[in-house]
Amino acid sequence: MKFTLSWLKDHLETEASLDEILEALTDLGLEVEEVEDRAARLKDFTIAKVKSAEKHPDADKLRVCQVETDDGVQQIICGAPNAREGITVVLAKPGTYVPGIDTTIGVGKIRGIESFGMMASERELELSDEHDGIIELPSGEVGDRFVDWLAANDPAKVDPVIEIAITPNRQDALGVRGIARDLAARGLGTLKLHEPSEVPGTYPCPINVTIDADTLDDAPHFTGRLIRGVKNGPSPQWLQDRLRAIGLRPISALVDITNFFTFDQNRPLHVFDADKVAGNLRVHRAAGGETITALDDKDYTFVAGQVVISDDNGPESIAGVMGGAETGCTGETVNVFLESAWWEPVRIAYTGRELKINSDARYRFERGVDPEYTRPGLEAATQMVLDLCGGEASEVVEAGAAPQTARSYTLDPKRVESLVGMEIARDEQVRILTALGFSASGSGDALEVWVPSWRRDVQGEADLVEEVARVTSLTGLKPQPLPRAPGVPAPVLTPMQLRERAARRTAAALGYNECVTYSFIDKASAELFGGGSDDVMLENPISSELSHMRPAVLPGLLQAAARNQSRGMMDMALFEVGSAFHGGEPGEQHLVVSGLLIGQTGPRDPHGARRGVDVFDVKADAEAILAAIGAPAKSQILRGAREWWHPGRHGMICLGPKKVLGIFGEVHPKILDAMDVKGPAMAFTLFPEEVPMPRKTSASRGAVTMSDLQAVERDFAFVVGAEVAALDLVNAAAGADKALIEDVRVFDEFIGGSLGDGQKSLAITVRLQPTDKTLTEEEIDAVGAKIVDKVTKATGGTLRG
Amino acid sequence: MDGLDELRKSWLDRIGGATDEGALEEFRVAALGKKGEISLKMRELGKMSPEERQVAGPALNALKDEVNAAIVAKKAGLADAALDERLKAEWLDVTLPARHRRQGTIHPVSQVMEEVTAIFADMGFSVAEGPQIETDFYNFDALNIPGHHPARAEMDTFYTHRKEGDNRPPHVLRTHTSPVQIRHMEQYGAPCRIIAPGRVYRADYDQTHTPMFHQVEGLVLGEDISMANLKWVLEEFYSAFFGVAVKTRFRASHFPFVEPGAEVDIQCSFEGGTVKIGEGNDWLEILGSGMVHPKVLEAGKIDPSKYQGFAFGMGIDRIAMLKYGIPDLRDFFASDLRWLRHYGFASLEVPTVHAGV
Repeated sequence: MKFTLSWLKDHLETEASLDEILEALTDLGLEVEEVEDRAARLKDFTIAKVKSAEKHPDADKLRVCQVETDDGVQQIICGAPNAREGITVVLAKPGTYVPGIDTTIGVGKIRGIESFGMMASERELELSDEHDGIIELPSGEVGDRFVDWLAANDPAKVDPVIEIAITPNRQDALGVRGIARDLAARGLGTLKLHEPSEVPGTYPCPINVTIDADTLDDAPHFTGRLIRGVKNGPSPQWLQDRLRAIGLRPISALVDITNFFTFDQNRPLHVFDADKVAGNLRVHRAAGGETITALDDKDYTFVAGQVVISDDNGPESIAGVMGGAETGCTGETVNVFLESAWWEPVRIAYTGRELKINSDARYRFERGVDPEYTRPGLEAATQMVLDLCGGEASEVVEAGAAPQTARSYTLDPKRVESLVGMEIARDEQVRILTALGFSASGSGDALEVWVPSWRRDVQGEADLVEEVARVTSLTGLKPQPLPRAPGVPAPVLTPMQLRERAARRTAAALGYNECVTYSFIDKASAELFGGGSDDVMLENPISSELSHMRPAVLPGLLQAAARNQSRGMMDMALFEVGSAFHGGEPGEQHLVVSGLLIGQTGPRDPHGARRGVDVFDVKADAEAILAAIGAPAKSQILRGAREWWHPGRHGMICLGPKKVLGIFGEVHPKILDAMDVKGPAMAFTLFPEEVPMPRKTSASRGAVTMSDLQAVERDFAFVVGAEVAALDLVNAAAGADKALIEDVRVFDEFIGGSLGDGQKSLAITVRLQPTDKTLTEEEIDAVGAKIVDKVTKATGGTLRG
Repeated sequence: MDGLDELRKSWLDRIGGATDEGALEEFRVAALGKKGEISLKMRELGKMSPEERQVAGPALNALKDEVNAAIVAKKAGLADAALDERLKAEWLDVTLPARHRRQGTIHPVSQVMEEVTAIFADMGFSVAEGPQIETDFYNFDALNIPGHHPARAEMDTFYTHRKEGDNRPPHVLRTHTSPVQIRHMEQYGAPCRIIAPGRVYRADYDQTHTPMFHQVEGLVLGEDISMANLKWVLEEFYSAFFGVAVKTRFRASHFPFVEPGAEVDIQCSFEGGTVKIGEGNDWLEILGSGMVHPKVLEAGKIDPSKYQGFAFGMGIDRIAMLKYGIPDLRDFFASDLRWLRHYGFASLEVPTVHAGV
């Protein structure tokens, strides 16, 4: 919402400075977004008088002027045809910035003669497009500031333009008058009287208006009248200045008047060229499919239920949104039908949305226009038409009636203190509400407060409290401690929140850089990871790259990897902790921790430590993170995960075939290819919510067992089928004597060679921990035999000789 | 006994001149062995008169000890020299680079979420969560934003696709963390004291907007909670968060889910093109807040005649940018390794109130 200071002062009698007004506006909730203070730009220009003007000896079009300034007489070279002796001019001294030519004036020589300044044209000061000559002022004393002269003689030129943001609730502030009312309530002046008197009609209105019965709920009130014999020329300068200042183009007096009331009173109006209206006007619902060419010269097709104003020829106006081109006013209009009506905000919001029209009228009607000002608005506008365009007004035609909005709420004056925490005297509360147009009466802790018709947002006691608080100013609010529970604050994080943190910090400790990637990705990438269905599709994505909720975190990390690779960073460890979406319903999201490891373990170094990353790197990292979030130490490693994993190089870390805690492995080369990632790429994805919650609640760790007896280690090598899983062999060995065997570890794998195809050798070391006495060789041998026996049975392998 | 001085000098010279342990051993045997020169001299003591013995005995013993000690000392000296020689040969160029160790980092958003949580937890807040795909009821209606409300259009909402024939209103990607308020009220009632951090979505992309960003919601309900309490909570929070006393300024504003509503500014200076929080005379708009609207309480099944309270929502990315001087929001989600390493945090830099956030 834009307005000028002088426009505001039409409604507000005030001595307050611009800065005071701006500060109050923001504090009242009418946040100032921009101020265009044109006076500030012109503050350095002064008034001067040309004492003489001689032709430049070396240039026909230039004159050498002697100019009387507040710094004495100065010589200035000027090319303007009107530069001559005796005129009063606007001077830019050396050092002055001239906005219209974006230049700071200096002392210079023009064709060999020195010049000490510049005499300005209107265009050079951005006052108008006038550039035929320099400004000649009809009055003014040498040395006076030009802005002061403008303020006194042509105030519109230096009228500050103020733009404020309007929150959706403040319908009243969509008119300058409403803004003035807020400022007056704050104490920044007095609201001037505005009571439009009725303009008597001298003849019956030849155009009648009806509202269909089924339309009354969305179009309850319509007023209008004919004004005949008007002259629709350009509107007067003051009106054009105002409209231009707020960014509107003056069109003609009639149209400018409707725009004026839109911004002055938040009262949108419409003018029909009465000679183009066939018969009477009927307000009704569209059946659907009718078309209209609107004032923006675009064609619209009505949706059933929208409200239309039709004449005998069909639709002539989209009610409350935009008029039709057919019956619009032009410079030739002599008979005008003026409309002031009230439309149901919700209907206007839907119509505007359906037709995709954003007009000033829609903007205001959907937020709310004062229903009690429909008729007074018509009267006030009639008077202005008569004043500016002449003509003769008919009697008013009226259909329907202003909707009933009168209501009152009970306000307990103590409620302000209870809710806001500021003490405001009862009388002051009454004064504020009254100044805002409410009426408050009653005694004690129950004020009966009636709401003015222009405040449809006020719907209860809390709204009244807000009015009192905001007019008083929340800057006076004093902080009041929120009581704390006594003692040490109890921990507040849930087990899952703790898990998320542990996973994140462990991954970072393992050398991974945390990423936060978008929750939506492109359909193709989503499909590669089992997603991309319509359930998780956005109706209005900002681009096709961000169209589907991600089914997993990995695709986002792979895209990040591709971007980093394209910048020449080939070695990376990335991870993200976040939600993936397995459906489009609320709650169909699950927490994942994904890591991506690509390239070499490090840069080339003199130690030969560098090598390509492999599956066992991510396996170690996945296991470490799972351990950190409390997963059981013993788990199964199964194969058969989804198709984006390398079929032979991945494992699912499981507790049983259905309970997958996480997956690690190499990403399928086809995926890398599709996502432009240079591989191989190792990855893991963990599901913290799948890890069972520990049953125990005690902090106790239980007793540690530390035997004084020396442990014994024995090595075994088995030749087994190449497909035998090492973990099965280890488990078989460990099962040989659960009491004695503390640990079984694979320390070598050998494939091929003398073993032949399809065979491999696995070497394990078994650690025996005696508990009550040192083991004898015989006892150790006995355990060894059992191990061989178990492994042989479980794997079909043989002890390697 | 004569000649002891010569004897002494002769052995000490020889020991001193030995170049390896073998020579030393030979000297030891030749001097102190059973038939060694000094041992033989000691045998002569028996033939002496008691008076002579009394003089010669101690002198010979002293000589024996002295030679012995010289041998031991020389032996140690030789060993040291040999070790020095070896260590000299083992010299390494320690200016060579160390073996590489990857340095991981925590994203600033995660770090700041933990900082925020630590501070609010100290004031008794717990952490609530909610779904990111929401119904329009929780995202709008329950928050007093009905279907036709202009605020809906202004929110740049992402809607989910509906299949042909599915006439339910589309779900939305939550445009704010406020739906968590309703879900929490429904489940736990009042009184309550929570924050709800998380991802939110708006269809907007330019230098200062990304279609996804992070917010933290705050909700406090009780029988006598006021806006003055909110001001205290926010000033305590910002002071702890920025590590310097921060004043706030409340300005009346409007959000459909609060009444009265306020925009909150924090004190700052803009001198020299950088924002400095907690000093100067300027104000920076930082969050929206207010007293929970009675209709919102009702939507959360809470009796507005009994309970009241405040709510606020602030941008996590935004306060992260302010605190850590991060210039561009879009970089947060670009995963550029250079950015992650520069702005990221070490894994052990866990924010706590006692250690500082």
